[in-house]
Amino acid sequence: MADVALRKVVKRYDDVEAVRGIDLDIADHEFIVLVGPSGCGKSTTLRMIAGLEDISDGDIMIGGDVVNDVPPKDRDIAMVFQNYALYPHMTVAENMSFGLRLKHYPKAEIKARVTEAARLLDITDLIDRKPKQLSGGQRQRVAMGRAIVRNPKVFLFDEPLSNLDAKLRVQMRIEIKKVHQKVRTTTVYVTHDQVEAMTLADRVVVMNKGRIEQIGTPNELYHKPATRFVAGFIGSPAMNFIPCRLEDVGGTLQIRLTDRIAFPLPPARAARYNALPRTDKLLLGLRPEHLTESHAHLEPGVETFDTVLDVTEPMGMETLVYFGLDGTPVCGRVNPNAGAKDGAPMRLAMDLNNMHLLNEESGVVL
Amino acid sequence: MSTMTIDKAGPRRNVKYGSMSRDRAWALRWSYFFLVLFAIFSLTPPLYMLITSLKSSAEISAATNPWWVFHPTLENYAELLTSNQFLRFFWNSAWVSIIVVTLTMLISVPAAFALARMKFWGSATLATGVFLTYLVPDSLLFIPLFKMFALIGDWTGVQLINRWYVLLFIYPTLTVPFCTWIMIGYFASIPKELDEAAIIDGASWFQTLTRIFIPVALPGLIAATIFAFTVSWAQFLYPLVFTTSTDQLVLPVGIITTLIKGDVFNWGQIMTGALLGAAPPLIIYAFLMDYYIAGLTAGATKG
Amino acid sequence: MADAVVRQPGVARPASARKRASLHNILRRKSTAAFLMTLPLILLITLLVVYPAFYSLHLATLNKSMQRFVGFGNFEFLFRRDTFWLVVKQSCIFAITAVVFKALIGFIVAHFVHNIPAKGQRKWRGMLLVPWVIPPAMSTLAWLWLFDPSYSAFNYTLAFFGIGPIPWTGDAAWARFAVILVNVWYGAPFFMIMYLAALKSVPDQLYEAAAIDGANWWQRIWYVTLPMMRNIIAITTLFSLIVTFANFDIVRILTAGGPLDHTHIFATWAFRVGIEGSDIPLGASVSLFMVPILAVAAIFILRDVNKRGNEA
Repeated sequence: MADVALRKVVKRYDDVEAVRGIDLDIADHEFIVLVGPSGCGKSTTLRMIAGLEDISDGDIMIGGDVVNDVPPKDRDIAMVFQNYALYPHMTVAENMSFGLRLKHYPKAEIKARVTEAARLLDITDLIDRKPKQLSGGQRQRVAMGRAIVRNPKVFLFDEPLSNLDAKLRVQMRIEIKKVHQKVRTTTVYVTHDQVEAMTLADRVVVMNKGRIEQIGTPNELYHKPATRFVAGFIGSPAMNFIPCRLEDVGGTLQIRLTDRIAFPLPPARAARYNALPRTDKLLLGLRPEHLTESHAHLEPGVETFDTVLDVTEPMGMETLVYFGLDGTPVCGRVNPNAGAKDGAPMRLAMDLNNMHLLNEESGVVL
Repeated sequence: MSTMTIDKAGPRRNVKYGSMSRDRAWALRWSYFFLVLFAIFSLTPPLYMLITSLKSSAEISAATNPWWVFHPTLENYAELLTSNQFLRFFWNSAWVSIIVVTLTMLISVPAAFALARMKFWGSATLATGVFLTYLVPDSLLFIPLFKMFALIGDWTGVQLINRWYVLLFIYPTLTVPFCTWIMIGYFASIPKELDEAAIIDGASWFQTLTRIFIPVALPGLIAATIFAFTVSWAQFLYPLVFTTSTDQLVLPVGIITTLIKGDVFNWGQIMTGALLGAAPPLIIYAFLMDYYIAGLTAGATKG
Repeated sequence: MADAVVRQPGVARPASARKRASLHNILRRKSTAAFLMTLPLILLITLLVVYPAFYSLHLATLNKSMQRFVGFGNFEFLFRRDTFWLVVKQSCIFAITAVVFKALIGFIVAHFVHNIPAKGQRKWRGMLLVPWVIPPAMSTLAWLWLFDPSYSAFNYTLAFFGIGPIPWTGDAAWARFAVILVNVWYGAPFFMIMYLAALKSVPDQLYEAAAIDGANWWQRIWYVTLPMMRNIIAITTLFSLIVTFANFDIVRILTAGGPLDHTHIFATWAFRVGIEGSDIPLGASVSLFMVPILAVAAIFILRDVNKRGNEA
């Protein structure tokens, strides 16, 4: 068990920088998820921690020791791969014990560890099978078992659930969380799926174009995104970004979305945004759940407006409604009984207490 | 009106289905007819070997129906299998083939692993070079090689010409390039994550090769081994050039140079010898046909 | 964590310095290991393939006793000899005719095997590949016996139909036919196996789509099968061209070049003059004439194999 630290880590391939100076501190026992679109450098970062890629610059520390030149086998890490990478010619038990056998552990201890890991993962019955005879979920368990028996300082997961179908993915997600709660090993987990990131992580690291956009707990990222990228990446359906500007109308600060629609800002928000130049091009960031049907008892800061819906998508527990504001497509979530229909007019309520204001050019959340 | 159209449509559809399946049945009949024809063409020489091998010299020279054995006898087999000379050929062939197969595997498996997985300066060029070498035929090199080994004998006093073990140096030029090439292909098809997993598990390059790659690519290894064996066993030109004394000959050359004596062709024994010479590859083929065919087709795909 | 931050500057600097040095070591170690693993292969190729190939060039410029440099003397001598031109002609006839027939027969047989129910295919494939498995030196002996002038099983059979005895290996034209026939017999199964593998790799949906578009079986072969197999046909044909052109065993055993040198091809004639006639430089010159056509075929094969690799 150990903490992991990355200091200004850079990875260059010829003249392309895949990772551009990453700083990250991972505490002991922590479950960190690296998330981002493909090509953002998250897998490269993980592989550098594993030692499968050389680092071009910076330092990586595991348990306080710089491991830049330590070969993977001496880093005391275990890794679970996307395609499981089980040795096809070995049984489940042999797969799990391969690393221990290479290190010449006593037979009795190997057996004890494998039995324990198999019990933990509920694969005791499969121990003598070959990978070919296992389902996707079972292979995933074996791959985890292979990591667990080593009892490493750090677990590394590289998109371990991408090859599973949707239902199994949810199941294995819970399984991984349970295992982590039991073994408490420091874990770095890479995924492109923000739901996986949110549900598993103690802290999420959002990466984009080789840099860290934001580090935070799932709730921080959701409610206090630092950049447009994070705001748009986390949450489904994604946050709406509506071009807007600030106006002073009779001493109150007002946000104008279209020629027709402008709302006074709630006092707390007005105080926060008052200093901004009125000429800046801004974006209103609003999550779909803060755009609901209008009803009788609106809280202060919730403003209503009328629009015509383009498309509605009934999801059962809610209905997603899509409409345009001056050509910007916007999504809202309304009660299924609110009577939303394709092409029909509807009065919607916008909760400005949960709004975000972004600088359109820099993408920074203000 | 409507009943009429139904009446019409019904039988027409039936006819159509009928003709389709009749077409297919005829196509199948023609296929089998031609396959039988080709099978006869393919199997006539080996069957004729067998027929002749069961005849006595007297029956052969009596010129009775050549396609039938009237007095089957195993005397040809008995004679050859007790002939020291023939057994000598057989053992020479067996030794050469077994040692060449071993050498080939020892050279080509590590090389293929390095070329498939450890990218280094010139590795791509070398892989292409391996493939080109595999296209160089024996009939292009036998003269310079003969002269080279003759010169080595002159300079060092180590006489290699007319020794069966000179073939151990020569045959690998035929087997190693192809075996390396197909092993590159088999190794390259192993997912990269598998060696990464092995590295993380603490395996060295050597352990990755012996404990992961070789077992996983075992079908390819078997195909390559079969290829190396059949090539070594069947090679005719090199032993004809390099060996002349009867105790140094391998089977194909031995049969042709010793059993064909001047004008007296003892065809019963020649055919028996040829059949016995063809037996090891045929037996391997019978049991490992799928590997044999996999190796044959693997050569045309890039590693 | 704060601990790590404080410790970092002190540790990081020597670490980076150390890193550069040992990273170099790792790289060197890995490529050294790779080099050592390929060393036997490299030695084998250079000493026993590349060197002899160039040595052959050198040999071709010497006189018969190999003591005097004669430049292109051997080649000039060859150009003046009728036998040489006979060999050139026969080599081309032999290689081209044999390859064309092997390719055609292989293609047709592959289709027939592909046509029949999958259950029986293995058995037929197994039988039809037998000629390729038997060492050619051994099977050619059987053919020699089938062609035997006095006890020929073929002539015995033909006599039933009133067809007179054919001098299979005694007459130049028939002897040429015989060596090509044996080569086709030996090589067609290889084409069959390659084509069969290619046929199996054509997805069924393509044929179904073509059938829905109204293509008949001939159009299906022309527009679906052949384009899909184009590459494998090219590779197999070129490969076979090399092997057939450089063939030795069949001609040597069946006719030994006779009658009157009419069936000699490069390999057998090079053997005759170089080894049996002890004129090594002349033999080397003869076999060098194979190089241009082999090189052209090899370049095309390499191109097609690379293309296949990129497709996959």
